[in-house]
Amino acid sequence: MSGNASTWQSWAAGVVILGAAMLIGYALPHGEIVEPAAPLRAGAPPEAAKPSPEHSTRKTLADFAPPPESAIPNNEFGDVVRLGENIFRHPQQYAPQFVSNDLTCQNCHLDSGRLASAAPLWAAYVNYPAYRSKNGHVNSFAERLQGCFRFSMNGKAPPYGDKVLVALETYAFFLAKGAPTGAGPHGYEKLKKPNKPFDLAHGKQVFAEHCALCHAADGQGQASADGEKVFPPLWGPRSFNWGAGMGQINNAAAFIKANMPLSQGGVLSDDEAWDVAAFMDSHERPQDPRFSGSIDETRKKYHDTPMSFYGSIVNGVRLGEKSPPSGS
Amino acid sequence: MRRRIPQRLVRAIMVAALMTAGFNPALAASGEDIAHSGKGNDVPACVACHGEQGEGQPDAGYPRLAGLNAGYIEHQLASFADESRRNDIMAPIARNLGAADREALGSYLASLSPPKAASQEAPDQALIGAGQVLAQRGIWSKGVPACAQCHGTSGLGVGGAFPQLAGQSAVYIANQLTAWKSGGRGNDPMHLMKGIASKLDDKQINAVAAYYASLPIGVTAASKASEAKQ
Repeated sequence: MSGNASTWQSWAAGVVILGAAMLIGYALPHGEIVEPAAPLRAGAPPEAAKPSPEHSTRKTLADFAPPPESAIPNNEFGDVVRLGENIFRHPQQYAPQFVSNDLTCQNCHLDSGRLASAAPLWAAYVNYPAYRSKNGHVNSFAERLQGCFRFSMNGKAPPYGDKVLVALETYAFFLAKGAPTGAGPHGYEKLKKPNKPFDLAHGKQVFAEHCALCHAADGQGQASADGEKVFPPLWGPRSFNWGAGMGQINNAAAFIKANMPLSQGGVLSDDEAWDVAAFMDSHERPQDPRFSGSIDETRKKYHDTPMSFYGSIVNGVRLGEKSPPSGS
Repeated sequence: MRRRIPQRLVRAIMVAALMTAGFNPALAASGEDIAHSGKGNDVPACVACHGEQGEGQPDAGYPRLAGLNAGYIEHQLASFADESRRNDIMAPIARNLGAADREALGSYLASLSPPKAASQEAPDQALIGAGQVLAQRGIWSKGVPACAQCHGTSGLGVGGAFPQLAGQSAVYIANQLTAWKSGGRGNDPMHLMKGIASKLDDKQINAVAAYYASLPIGVTAASKASEAKQ
């Protein structure tokens, strides 16, 4: 009898587990299901769709490579991935209502958000939700994207659920396929803090030698004959505003060291990268959209760091005082 | 009543006329004159090889000069002369052009806008497609940015340092990429092209050359639509 009871119990347990497994399977995000992996489309057996051991054991993002653009599926999901990529590459064309400057997402997040050394989109995707000291609460990935529009694009945050935001989330999700969640930030490598104050005259010289060819002597970028701003403005009314991450000298220095000049990343010394970043960030740019009406107060609240020139006097001008208005 | 012309004015005009004729080479020969008739015995007419309106001979690898940036053309002529861009045909010609001639030629050629010269080569759509991906996306795994990141999405070029590639001869583009690779051309600012071309193989060079040769020359809706699809 006791033998029978135990058999019955294990059957019941089996049924419960099977039911639970089916429920989990049913509840899985549909993106995972409708998006065929490239080998599957090429006629490989269904086994190929199972997560590879590489994926299941990956603990860091160190050797992660996002799927190629050719792996975007030709279906409804793929259409939204593609829209997200288009927004990322040409925001003025695909999301003009949320952008008020001449920058594109891929100006900084190189290779359409894929390049490991340029704060890739796939790494951001698996590191949110996250607590941010910038606004003092846990941010969803969507809220993080809103911040890009508000600050870096000097524009307006797309509302939650907006097509633009959903498309960018979808594109990021596509790129992050197989990346472990919560693996830790993976942007550009931080530079060792300089052991001397920033030398703006040196920065100006580095700018003239290595940057002005593309970004122009006045830092305002250059356009093609059809009006496309091919090289982005680094300061002034058509650049990112005072609230953007690139306005912080440490972020700019790390990005510049790793990636600038384009195709020649790593050629600048650490000192050159620090000083040219400081030079760039010592110019006037659109106001911080969180501006309270007082530069002192705004500096104290949001820029209280030696890595920001906001509120400082450079060449007789108090930065923030004559800022063009922010886009929001 | 005869109006007297002041002697001083007459003298001034005569001196000015002498100076412009004898000492100002910019007015000695216009860019148009040099382009169509050459200059002296050492400079043949540009149009002999580059086409009546500077449209080039794509299949022979003689580049289209019409509509290129004036400063870019000037810099190339100076580079042929100082051999930072080595070319047996162009070197002696460029050496016989003064700085003012080069400037005049640059402005004149930049002002032309003939239609694209026809090529006898049938376009290879697969090659063009591969070139488009490279041109618009680069090969970042090898540190190669997209061509479009400097030359513009439509390949129309930017300023005097990043020339128009759209509608240029495929043979010419491939020759230049190969020349950067081999060191035959070293006049690129900051040696950006040397670094990039060195990372491309022949197949990629031919693909990207075919893609740019296939693009329209001007700013058209078609050139924008083509990128949007990409």
